[in-house]
Amino acid sequence: MIHPFKLNGYNIILDVNSGSIHNVDDVAYDVISLYENTSKEEIAAIIQKKYPDVSEEDIADIFEDIETLKKENKLFSEDPFENMAIDFKKRQSVVKALCLHVAHDCNLRCAYCFAGEGEYKGERSLMSFEVGKRAFDFLIENSGTRKNLEVDFFGGEPLMNFQVVKQLVAYGREQEKIHNKNFRFTITTNGVLLNDEVMDFCNKEMSNVVLSMDGRPEVNDRLRKTRNGEGSYAVIVPRFLEMARRRGQKDYYMRGTYTHYNTDFSNDILHMADLGFKELSMEPVVASPSDPYALREEDLPTLLKEYEKLAVEMIRRRRNGNGFNFYHYSIDLMGGPCIVKRISGCGVGTEYMAVTPCGDLYPCHQFVGEPEFLLGNVFTGVTNQKVCDEFKLCNVYAHKECKDCFARLYCSGGCAANAYHTTGSVTGVYEMGCELHKKRIECAIMMKVAEACDANTFAE
Amino acid sequence: MKRIQTLETRNLVESAKKGGCGECQTSVANQ
Repeated sequence: MIHPFKLNGYNIILDVNSGSIHNVDDVAYDVISLYENTSKEEIAAIIQKKYPDVSEEDIADIFEDIETLKKENKLFSEDPFENMAIDFKKRQSVVKALCLHVAHDCNLRCAYCFAGEGEYKGERSLMSFEVGKRAFDFLIENSGTRKNLEVDFFGGEPLMNFQVVKQLVAYGREQEKIHNKNFRFTITTNGVLLNDEVMDFCNKEMSNVVLSMDGRPEVNDRLRKTRNGEGSYAVIVPRFLEMARRRGQKDYYMRGTYTHYNTDFSNDILHMADLGFKELSMEPVVASPSDPYALREEDLPTLLKEYEKLAVEMIRRRRNGNGFNFYHYSIDLMGGPCIVKRISGCGVGTEYMAVTPCGDLYPCHQFVGEPEFLLGNVFTGVTNQKVCDEFKLCNVYAHKECKDCFARLYCSGGCAANAYHTTGSVTGVYEMGCELHKKRIECAIMMKVAEACDANTFAE
Repeated sequence: MKRIQTLETRNLVESAKKGGCGECQTSVANQ
């Protein structure tokens, strides 16, 4: 299966199963696009009519190149992976990561937050050190022989429970020596409580920090308000700039959310880049269709164009020496995830779980507060194995819609939480999310082609 | 310019023969 597409002046052929990428001229693009379903004689006739200067010998050379690439499994490669997906149902997985909800409370009132006002449909509460400690023990006990474990401090706003965060990090550092583990800590914050002490602590202990901000002042302040209804931009930007500076402009992400109110979101990303931030991310809001800020089907063409516009501008800035990174365009063609990972998906409910302040376990942070997805508790372990087994099926081959999709080995079947919230099933497909992700993948690949053209680093 | 230029990529069909090590992090496209 191949995916031919044209973007920003490049003709690109993605060989879906091998991940091979080819930059081709107009003639080769047409020949390859016709190759599977048209005879060579017909292709030659079509090409010579469309391109009178192209000789029969030229076309024969292209046919020969195609056959060589086929033999090398770089073009029209078969799908040898589907049988691997079946094994995922039987496999024993270990818990690799926990999302610790250290605070079900927040000092902002962001209109679109899936956690409500931080309390996730429940009561405001903070995680105690005892519950957090038990969560660490649960992770260690259920991690098998895996050495590298991850804990994300999340909320609500985790800095509202900073003392417990510090205690838990110290506990983790103590336990990793005893159990031969290595903890990687991360934290997501809205920035309101960032001060010197917090920054120094995060820069010492956190492998990554996610700083939440939506872009331009008027965009950020429309939905990210304080308890008093004031905008948060003026409070958080100086703190985030200082945090990024102290981290050497790496190991952090500015993380924004775009909505129906800013379908021109590339301007928000560029605004953050112009402020001096180098690591950027922006995600579409997932909301009920009745929410006024929810994305609508008619927004889609605009959103797809925005991703293209962003990619073109990022290439321009890279060439001028002032580039920045956008999370979805940071794909590594040589060292990306292996095929097992690409098929098995994100690990929701099997390798990754969320822990509430009282110790309840959920498949991920976006399922917290949904009673039917309660998996158990850190004190009793997983007691709802049926739901865990359901999540083992969240792999790319569980979705019939993914069968013929070129992006399936880049998205792994999409987000189970988004699928559940839009279709009612964790193995459903959130169609708008698919369209956006496909465009992001095309843009990311196009940027790689542009880089290869600039540096002339194609395979021999 | 050659009519077909191929980028250097990790060939997933070839790497599938080696299997996965299971050591990757929970999240997919973006080490």
